[in-house]
Order: sequence, then structure tokens, then C-alpha cells
Amino acid sequence: MPTEWIMGFAGGIIIGLAAAFYLLVNGRIMGASGILGGVVDGSARDTLRERIGFIAGLVIVPGALAIAMGGADTHVNNNLIVVAAAGLLVGIGTRIANGCTSGHGVCGISRFSLRGIVATIFYIGAGGLTVVLFRHILGVV
Amino acid sequence: MRPVFSFIAGGLFGAGLLISGMTDTTKVIGWLDIFGAWDPTLAFVMGGAILPMAIAWRIAAARRAPALGGSFPPPPEPRLGRRLVVGSTLFGMGWGLAGLCPGPAMASITWGGTGGLVFLATMVLGMWVAPPLKARLQEQPA
Repeated sequence: MPTEWIMGFAGGIIIGLAAAFYLLVNGRIMGASGILGGVVDGSARDTLRERIGFIAGLVIVPGALAIAMGGADTHVNNNLIVVAAAGLLVGIGTRIANGCTSGHGVCGISRFSLRGIVATIFYIGAGGLTVVLFRHILGVV
Repeated sequence: MRPVFSFIAGGLFGAGLLISGMTDTTKVIGWLDIFGAWDPTLAFVMGGAILPMAIAWRIAAARRAPALGGSFPPPPEPRLGRRLVVGSTLFGMGWGLAGLCPGPAMASITWGGTGGLVFLATMVLGMWVAPPLKARLQEQPA
């Protein structure tokens, strides 16, 4: 079994523990798009500090860990027009669908939520078709 | 105290994303690229994450309230609807184009360079313009 799969599983367990902690301690669903989106559109004034704390941890801890590990690379596409279009689609789509990979995927599937399962089928399906179209037919990603 | 504990949760989440490889767009696009050099890592990450969370939901069901008080989230909404399908499809298209979703986009911002900043900025813009678009999409069963 490749090391990357083992690291993936180990990292996944940590992600699941984070979601479990946020549920059992704070009483919240750990959905990245919902936590950030509520700050952006101003719909969550009463839970603002809790959300800012979460985002601060999400930025600072992996940032420090990456330095300790001698650097990390995200390999973002050099075509910034593609990146900007992708960002807009992710921002709009996750807010319309009320969730992303963490909320619908991790937190939804683990409680057998039909909405979480259907959302995951649609975003993985759309993502797969997009990669086929833009990588193998148009060659831009 | 809530922000301190949410910082811990966010920090654990970010550490998990980095360790699992999900902050590397080549691994995410590799998972979606079923006709290329398919990379199954994301399935191991999802599986690993769902296990502790499934246990947490069972613990929550047996308890009255979260440790910091308040109440647990309500049961999941059973209805599907257009917003879920249209929104998830748009999200998937962007995810496939860039290989980034909201969690990793925030977690990798300190080392993601210009591309990472452009993605996060446009994602925030998208979140900001989304509410009126969502309101226009009539919530009917898909």
C-alpha cells in the first residue's frame, strides 16, 4: 500500500476527529463553506467569534506545520483565469447547496444524510466530467 | 471560550488536510481524473474522516447537549431539491477546474502563492453574491 494512501487515511482520521470535536464540544457541524460563508454574507453575526476562531486555527496550524515539515506545495494552476472561474463556482455553488466536501461529505455521509450523499454524488460527478472536458479535451488543467 | 475550542477544531482540521495530501491540487484532480492516472488517495481520506464522525453522531444522539452547552444540530433535512443539485454541480465544476474546495483553500493560504490567493478571493466573492442567486432558485423537488 503506497505511503500516500496511509497518510491519506491518517490525515482523514484527524479530519474526522476535528469534526467530532466541533460537534461534541461546540455543538456545530464542521462545514468549511458554511463557517466562512456565514462570515462573508453577514448571516451569522451572533456566532462570528466562534467562526473566526475556527478559520484562524484552519489557517495558522497547517501554516506552522508546513514550515516545520520544510514546506508544502499546493500546485495551483498557473492560469489565473481558470483559477478565478473555479473560485467563483466553488463559492457560489457551496452556498447554494448549503455545504461542501466537509459539511455534506464528511459530516453528512457519516450520519447517513440523504442530502449529504446526493450532494457528494453530484459534486464528484460534476468534478469528474469537468476534468475529462478541461484536461483531456481542452487541455487547460 | 467557544472561539478557543473552535480554534482547536479548525487547527486539527487544517493539520488533517495537510497530512492527508488534500491541500495538494494534483491529488484532488488525480482522484477526479478517472480517465488519466487515477489517484485513489481521496477515498482513503474520506473513509478515515467518516469513521470518527460516525461514532461522534452516535455519542451526540445519547447526550442532551454539547460540552459548551446549547444544542446539537437538528436532524438532517430529508428533502433534496433544486438548490442542492444545482449548487453541488456548480461546486463540483469549480473543484474539478482548480482542485480546491473551501477547507483546503483556507488551510493552504499561507503557502499557496498567487494562485491560492486568487482562488480564495474569488471564492469569497462567490459566497458574497450567492444569497440572491439562491433566492431566485425556487426550492422544488429535483
